[in-house]
Amino acid sequence: MTNQEIVMLNPKIFSPLWKRSPIKIVVFLIIFSYLIFSIKYFNISITELINDLNKMKPILISMITWNDFLSWNFNSILVGILQTLAMAFLGTVAASVISVPLGLIASRQVIKINLFRFIIRRFLDFIRGVDILIWALIFVRAFGLGPLSGVLAIFVADTGTLSKLYSEAADNSDNKQIEGLVSSGSTKLSTIRFGLLPQVMPIFISQSLYFFESNSRSAVILGIVGAGGIGLQLSERMKAQYWDQAFFIIIIILIMVAIIDKLSRFLREKLIND
Amino acid sequence: MMNEIILNSHNKNLIKKKRFWNTSLIVLLLIGIVLSSKIIDTNISDLFNGITRLGDYISKILPSLELNNLFLGSKDQGSIAYWYFNISKYLKLLFETFNMALLATMTGSILALFLSFLAAKNTSPNSLLFFSIRRMLEFFRGVPEIIFAILFVWVLGIGPLAGIIAITIHTTGSLGKLFSEVYENSNNRPIEALKASGGNWLSEMKFGLLPQVLPNLISYALLRFEINIRASTILGFVGAGGIGQELYLVINFNYYEEVSAIILLIILTVISIDLLSGHIRKNIIGFDND
Repeated sequence: MTNQEIVMLNPKIFSPLWKRSPIKIVVFLIIFSYLIFSIKYFNISITELINDLNKMKPILISMITWNDFLSWNFNSILVGILQTLAMAFLGTVAASVISVPLGLIASRQVIKINLFRFIIRRFLDFIRGVDILIWALIFVRAFGLGPLSGVLAIFVADTGTLSKLYSEAADNSDNKQIEGLVSSGSTKLSTIRFGLLPQVMPIFISQSLYFFESNSRSAVILGIVGAGGIGLQLSERMKAQYWDQAFFIIIIILIMVAIIDKLSRFLREKLIND
Repeated sequence: MMNEIILNSHNKNLIKKKRFWNTSLIVLLLIGIVLSSKIIDTNISDLFNGITRLGDYISKILPSLELNNLFLGSKDQGSIAYWYFNISKYLKLLFETFNMALLATMTGSILALFLSFLAAKNTSPNSLLFFSIRRMLEFFRGVPEIIFAILFVWVLGIGPLAGIIAITIHTTGSLGKLFSEVYENSNNRPIEALKASGGNWLSEMKFGLLPQVLPNLISYALLRFEINIRASTILGFVGAGGIGQELYLVINFNYYEEVSAIILLIILTVISIDLLSGHIRKNIIGFDND
């Protein structure tokens, strides 16, 4: 077969691009014009950007030259890490405790009235819509600086998400046990206790563990608005331009998060296998 | 008879085991709670007090709307227009926030697209490159956006550009990883066919790999866009542009009603973008990563 014949056989493939897939070109043009628009909109000048980024060189260098390593205040860093973990732990536990009843009454297995459930769910949606850092800022404003504001921020933000996940787990539970209990004349409360809770408890616990894991990440940044923990240490050092110590703390944070990830994954797998 | 005894003892054992696990779990939890309360120097009553005081704060930031005045002008107390007297400023800032997220998602996706080929086991041309790019992506997504934002605010000055770069870096890290995982799960046959007919690495990627993974990549990028919208609303707290800067101001100056006005706008924006992008992912691309 000559090339001519191949082209004749598949005319569509060898037609020019604009004929083959005009959508591709349109999409490409849209993206391109958006990029141009945004460069105008944000007043980005490439040369200035490169110049400014050149200013980063000394910062990057000072990040990795640890001259007075031994004189750093390791104690405050350790306290910061412990505070962060404690904040994440307390916030998750408090949120889990309150989310069990909230999640259950937001589930259709427990409350059959649609309107009531709808209101609770919209309320939870609202809590979820507000970012955890906004909660932290509000709490810092209301109660002052310190880890308690961080705990409360985690508590509120997690209540929104955990309650929703708990209620979904309850929605998806098996109806047979519950019907069995109802048909043998048990009360509403004992139906929930013996029909629903044993099914959903492992899911609840594993989700809470997962949230502890993700909270130990978010607790890191809460300190930036003054809500305690390692974030406070980090942002203070960045503001004072101790880039070497800041970089050290970032590495410590990464290690901490990695360890908690591994631990929580191990525990969750164990829990699900049991 | 014999069976019953065995059954009973087995049952007792089961109960014993369960009790043991439950009590040890509760004891561990209590120890954890006591320890953590010690570390952050607080107790349960503080926590409860805090929650009640949150109620006060929320009742303060709620607008004082009056039903008969609801649709009057911005000078009349109790109207929506009075509550949102600053709406043109908010909308301008929201538009900036939106653009920050969009531009950062685009540049981040493009960077991730280039790096991800080098970070996937089956497509990476060089194992040293593979290893170093992977570690770099891990660092990019491990460090929270807001920390990058603080750094770039310091370097570039206050403004949205610092936020855009911070989000771009984080997006590159997480999308790079997700993209490379998509490649690793892709079908190897088109690539092998191209290799067999003498294609080089570039054409293998372009014609063998990209067509089969592209919908998935776009879907991940859209998902990331939703996340970035949320992130860009808060980066203003450290001076990196967007509506967060205004929110930080009104919270710190206790302009109570404006707090709820801005938060409501943010929630509405986030929810509508989520719905829109979810619709695109499900109906147009046919992928749903939720």
